[in-house]
Amino acid sequence: MTTHDHEHGHDDHDHHDHDHPHAPRKDHDAGPAGAYEVLEEAVRSLLIEKGVLTAQEIAASVDLMDSRSPALGAKVVARAWTDPVFKKLLLKDTRAALMQVGIDIGAAPEFSTVENTADVHNVIVCTLCSCYPKMLLGIPPAWYKSLAYRSRTITDPRGVLVEFGVTVPRDVEVRVHDSTADLRYIVLPMRPKGTRGWSEDRLAAIVTRDCMIGTALPQVPA
Amino acid sequence: MVKARSRWPDGGEAAGRFAPGDRVRVAAREALGHCRTPWYLRGKTGVIASIHGTFRDPERLAYHQPGLPAQVLYKVRFRQREVWDRYDGPAGDQLEADIFEYWLEPA
Amino acid sequence: MIGTFLHGSQHMPQPKRKTMLRKGAGGRAAHDVGGLEFGSIDREEHDPALWEKRTDAMLRLLVGPSKRAFTVDGMRRVIEDYGQQQYDRTAYYEKWIRAVRNLIVEQGVVSREEIEARMAEVREKFEKAGRKASKEKIPW
Repeated sequence: MTTHDHEHGHDDHDHHDHDHPHAPRKDHDAGPAGAYEVLEEAVRSLLIEKGVLTAQEIAASVDLMDSRSPALGAKVVARAWTDPVFKKLLLKDTRAALMQVGIDIGAAPEFSTVENTADVHNVIVCTLCSCYPKMLLGIPPAWYKSLAYRSRTITDPRGVLVEFGVTVPRDVEVRVHDSTADLRYIVLPMRPKGTRGWSEDRLAAIVTRDCMIGTALPQVPA
Repeated sequence: MVKARSRWPDGGEAAGRFAPGDRVRVAAREALGHCRTPWYLRGKTGVIASIHGTFRDPERLAYHQPGLPAQVLYKVRFRQREVWDRYDGPAGDQLEADIFEYWLEPA
Repeated sequence: MIGTFLHGSQHMPQPKRKTMLRKGAGGRAAHDVGGLEFGSIDREEHDPALWEKRTDAMLRLLVGPSKRAFTVDGMRRVIEDYGQQQYDRTAYYEKWIRAVRNLIVEQGVVSREEIEARMAEVREKFEKAGRKASKEKIPW
């Protein structure tokens, strides 16, 4: 993605997006350009012109974020489920553990992994903005950034979890993590029963994005 | 006194005023400007769960200052029933937030 | 659950009425929403548009160790100063690109006039290519 000029880069990324198995995009480049899209192009072209950024750097940075996804996080979880030494490192020093499996989270901020157990269910929120472990899981879902999720997850976590389809028994502690500073949190879900002998790939396939936010539990297909 | 590890980006090593298990209260004051201590925790009492290390000060970084001296950041654990008057869940439910030392006082 | 809610923005539900006045740094600032009431959570998935991905990319580069044009804390400060009404109505990456704009002006990288002039040029370029472009003014 570094050989073309940025006009063509635009198109390449556009096509690339169509490969995503998600819902159709709402902000298609062919539609009318919103004021903020105009602003983005104005800011970007000025920053390139002033020598602050290059088009190649920006394209590479877009590609870097595209390479981060819940699937990557799921592999890390599956490794932790099958390798006790790795799990120990992940809980103690998430940055080092991720580096060990080839995932560089960059300069900042720090990552921290919290473990679900038979006694504690963790759920992550950022009430002040939308802090999220992007360098592992990619760009957060819209609901994670919504005022509704940010405001209510701390006061009524059990109610929010029920909305997401997770009922936590009353004898299990619900522990909410409000990411207020320089740490980004990932939930290490509990490995479900009925997965004995499964390969890492098969395990990773049942770990969804929401499992690592704490709003879902890994499900074993019937 | 606990020695806190120095973390990103290059804050110096600092001696933490609090140790894990200490009861602390979040200052019930207003902020001067940008701050990362949420309103709902001001004046609330919790327990130091762990010490994250020293980090540059967001209240200075936000205004194009270097954010030094670096500040000790703690993970503070609160009982939900102590944070909210009408918390519906069980007594064991807790909430954790990361709070800088200058927002904490002994409780 | 209080009231009903409009969904004018595809990114973020907007409260139909104020739940509590958030007035600025002296009290509870606009972004500090923990414990307030905004109704049910809209769980519709939304793939970021290219301009949103580029905004994300530029921000990460600008605050990163090799550029340090400003800090993520600086960006938060700019966003938090929007005031409650604009904070609640502006979508996520709209807040970001607007903050990037303000911070590069604050840091003297570009002037306001250069931004406004370039926006006019970009609009013209889009129109020439047969694509309508919004003339909506983005507050400073």
